[in-house]
Amino acid sequence: MTENPLNPLKAPVAAEAARADSRPVKTPGALAGAAPGPASSVDKAVIRLEGLHKTYHLGETEVFALRGVSLEIFAGEFVAVMGSSGSGKSTLMNILGCLDKPTRGHYFLEDVEVSGYSKAQLAGLRNRKIGFVFQQFNLLSRTSALENVELPTVYAGLPVEEREKRARESLALVGLADRAEHHPSQLSGGQQQRVAIARALVNRPSIVLADEPTGNLDSRTSVEIMDIFQKLNTDHGITVVLVTHEQDIAQYAKRIMEFRDGRMRRDVAVTGRLFASEVLPTLPTLEEENKEDNVQASPNLGNRS
Amino acid sequence: MGFANTLRLALRALARNKMRSLLTMLGIIIGVGAVIATVSIGSGAEYLIQQGIQSMGTNAVFISSGSSRPGGLRMGSWAVKTLTMDDMNAVLREVPLIKEAAPMVVRRSQVVYQNANWSTTIQGTTPNYFPIRTWAANSGATFGDQEVDSAANVAVLGSTVAQYLFAGEDPVGKTIRIGTLPFQVIGVLESKGQSVMGTDQDDVIFAPYTTVQRKIAGITWIQFINASAVSPEASVAAVAQVRSLLRERHRVRPGEDEDFTVRTQSDVADLASATQRLMTMLLGSVASVSLLVGGIGIMNIMLVSVTERTREIGLRMAVGATEASVKNQFLIEAVTLSMAGGLIGIVAGVAGSAAISSLLAWPTLISAKSILAAAAFAAGVGVFFGYYPALKAAQLDPIEALRYE
Ligand SMILES: Nc1ncnc2c1ncn2[C@@H]1O[C@H](COP(=O)(O)OP(=O)(O)OP(=O)(O)O)[C@@H](O)[C@H]1O
Ligand SMILES: [Mg+2]
Repeated sequence: MTENPLNPLKAPVAAEAARADSRPVKTPGALAGAAPGPASSVDKAVIRLEGLHKTYHLGETEVFALRGVSLEIFAGEFVAVMGSSGSGKSTLMNILGCLDKPTRGHYFLEDVEVSGYSKAQLAGLRNRKIGFVFQQFNLLSRTSALENVELPTVYAGLPVEEREKRARESLALVGLADRAEHHPSQLSGGQQQRVAIARALVNRPSIVLADEPTGNLDSRTSVEIMDIFQKLNTDHGITVVLVTHEQDIAQYAKRIMEFRDGRMRRDVAVTGRLFASEVLPTLPTLEEENKEDNVQASPNLGNRS
Repeated sequence: MGFANTLRLALRALARNKMRSLLTMLGIIIGVGAVIATVSIGSGAEYLIQQGIQSMGTNAVFISSGSSRPGGLRMGSWAVKTLTMDDMNAVLREVPLIKEAAPMVVRRSQVVYQNANWSTTIQGTTPNYFPIRTWAANSGATFGDQEVDSAANVAVLGSTVAQYLFAGEDPVGKTIRIGTLPFQVIGVLESKGQSVMGTDQDDVIFAPYTTVQRKIAGITWIQFINASAVSPEASVAAVAQVRSLLRERHRVRPGEDEDFTVRTQSDVADLASATQRLMTMLLGSVASVSLLVGGIGIMNIMLVSVTERTREIGLRMAVGATEASVKNQFLIEAVTLSMAGGLIGIVAGVAGSAAISSLLAWPTLISAKSILAAAAFAAGVGVFFGYYPALKAAQLDPIEALRYE
């Protein structure tokens, strides 16, 4: 991403405010969307961390991946987590996503302390409350997009008809209704990531977590993905937390948290927020660029067998 | 996740690697097939034995020289010289429950007629042996008391011997050589076919016991007494009386081992059945080793599969699969493999024993019990050998699994 295609349209603050106001608010009284950044304590936090530590033990040495992180994220927020490599972003996301447990500290998910949850309980939370999107898409190859999206509903114990209905709705939401029967190998990288987002949405979670979702995508496709996240956030009131290395991508969020050495160093509201729906028309399409999609092939599951 | 889902998932995973699945199942297929075939052949043999007992009547009593320990091991009856004609006559005289008795002296020998040559057993006995066994001459006649008294060189041929030595010619009146002695053939017996033990009963030559004792074997004792009780019900009591009489005559002290053995026909048959069953079990357990090997094959493939699908497992966990559901998924996959192998094995085993039964004219009995046992064993193998790989899959850490290359 050398040239910045976003320059011509630094979204005006007025536009942002207008949108924020029209956004349906999920939690009554939560104004997080309208006033991003550290919010007042009367609001109800969907995610609250208190003095969170994560220490990895590698033989003799200890790696302090997170060293006392305290933060609150409110319903309807759109947070970009930034920071240099090794700063603890993925560690944080894994804990937020209930894939991992903190070494010390408290994690309140919708006001419920989950640090002490059992593995089975955490699996239930991952299934119902949280949608996770990975950099590597992690789709099951040799399985159609529809079945990939259905996967979480299987573990939710939904009846078969309901599963397919939800999966189709989810795919429609990311604009892939017509690709339901395609296999991952028949889809572009951007489309694969959209299938992965549809999968994250299928059990109707209140939170979507994404660890570098655009890390494997070219700039235009990245904006398309951000468009989807913004729509989920605005139209469906889903709280979005995503990790990115790129400032331009972070500009689509409402709030940026910057990490360094396992600590949050900066927590600011986005000024000059970008809106993908406005940026996209200004970007050259593939045909116009007249060059190949530079999507990097990503390893999908089960390719080796 | 429901059972139907898990099963569908397992079937699909197995269908994805058809060749590999088939090869993995092979051990189970062979094991189950072999167990079913051997058991059915063994049951067929036992059925033959039981049928044989019924046709022979149950009032027969066998006395043989040499002891038989409770374990059923017969101590060299050839070497023990204790049974005599006097014993037999005493039994006939003093045990009223014994109706008839015939002695038996047995030797193997080479038999020659012109340039035909045959090795068979020469059995020396008395004329009443033939009615006891309801065995009559087809042509010519059996010998009488006079030939016994004079130890005459006369022979009555079993039909197999007659066929091999004479090849269609009428043997009656011809002279054969047994060992070095010339014998005149005076009769040929009707065919009796196979015995319950599977030996050819017609591969035999009968001669007066005196002739065999003195001229062929050079002994003064006898080896067996074929007696018959007055009725089937009396045979057990007859055995007891014969035993106490012979203990007394042979001066066996209380607590000492007997130097003879007395059995009823059904004792003999039971022994034969037990031997047959032991044989079947032995063969069956050899065959079931293959099941074990098959199980190890399944474990191996499941371990490979878990490794290959590490990222898939990680993803499933990330979207809400619990350890239990991951474990069940792999366990059901392993059991599906072993059960599918078991089913194919059952078909193979049934087909195999049908083929054996039609090719060798040997009855085979396929019992529902052995099929159920084989299926249960196959499932058990799947659970046992699938458990460890399934556990390994369930214990993966989702983050590490997702990062696995
Ligand atoms: N499983 C682990 N065992 C040991 N150390 C680990 C493990 N996972 C992460 N770490 C260490 O923890 C620190 C934070 O890692 P983390 O993956 O959270 O960084 P990150 O901010 O996501 O980096 P990147 O931008 O490169 O993805 C790093 O020093 C890393 O080496
Ligand atoms: Mg990371």
